[in-house]
Amino acid sequence: MANHTLALRHQFDNVDQQKEASSFGMWLFLATEILFFGGMFCCYTIYRSAYPVAFGIASNHLGLMLGAVSTVILICSSFTMACGVTSAATGQRKALVTFLSLTILFAVAFLAIEMWEWHMLYEEGLMPGFNFTYKEIDPSHVQLFFCLYFSMTGLHASHVTIGIVLLAVMAFRAYGGAFSPQYYTPIELSGLYWHFVDLVWIFLFPLYYLIARHLAHGS
Amino acid sequence: MAHKMAEHIVTKKQYAYVFGILMVLTVATTAIGMIDLGRLNVVVALVIATIKAMLVVLFFMHIYWSNRLNKLAIVSGVAWLVLLLWLTLADFATRGWLPFAGK
Repeated sequence: MANHTLALRHQFDNVDQQKEASSFGMWLFLATEILFFGGMFCCYTIYRSAYPVAFGIASNHLGLMLGAVSTVILICSSFTMACGVTSAATGQRKALVTFLSLTILFAVAFLAIEMWEWHMLYEEGLMPGFNFTYKEIDPSHVQLFFCLYFSMTGLHASHVTIGIVLLAVMAFRAYGGAFSPQYYTPIELSGLYWHFVDLVWIFLFPLYYLIARHLAHGS
Repeated sequence: MAHKMAEHIVTKKQYAYVFGILMVLTVATTAIGMIDLGRLNVVVALVIATIKAMLVVLFFMHIYWSNRLNKLAIVSGVAWLVLLLWLTLADFATRGWLPFAGK
């Protein structure tokens, strides 16, 4: 038994207070993450309002279905993560390991689709700094769009990668019986981190893939 | 009271309902994105994204059952984000309103 993890650290009055302090710490970290991504969202908003036509054209070079499927996959991963936390809270060790593994699987699928999309953009000559050969309407601002696209999806993808490592460690520890209904704080906090990654994508998807789509499809 | 909140366990069935709504909203936002609503496209896409985000935060992230301190942390994060967007956009939107040389 890993009862040592249950030990109440001397600075806390009781186990509940210790748990609350941990989750509050995680929420503070997530608040800083909101602002970390927020600066980039702000940058995107300014340039999109300054060059709506170039951004509209550039946006239609992204694969709408790839974006939509990525969104569905990430929401699935959030669902399995949430179920994992419930399994941990109710002491279902096998279910916890299964749900964590499923979450990792969805995360890997998400990254695979994203890398495929990046590869296609590279082949099309739309990757600034590596292969940018677009010469049609307003190339400099289309390039700006893709600079922002690659930085923001890249920063998000790095968070997904960190999440995969984190969840793999948690799955390994869960398999070894490190968690119990009395102690599963690391699972809960990893879950918060994972849902945050999903949250960022919930906004990246409409902003990059959706809001200029009607220009190409609309009547 | 605080003790009860810290121990709240959400069932998988409850998560499944939230998951279902998130899926419906994802399909809806993708379908609506292809219809030309003019300037409303941006508004609809962001309203749906915000609803999805709130569902994730409230239920998947347990904020609905959480103590006030955690609620305060996320509200302050969002408040600073609003401040960042608001002040920066106010600057960019109003440049050129006054006829200063070189603006």
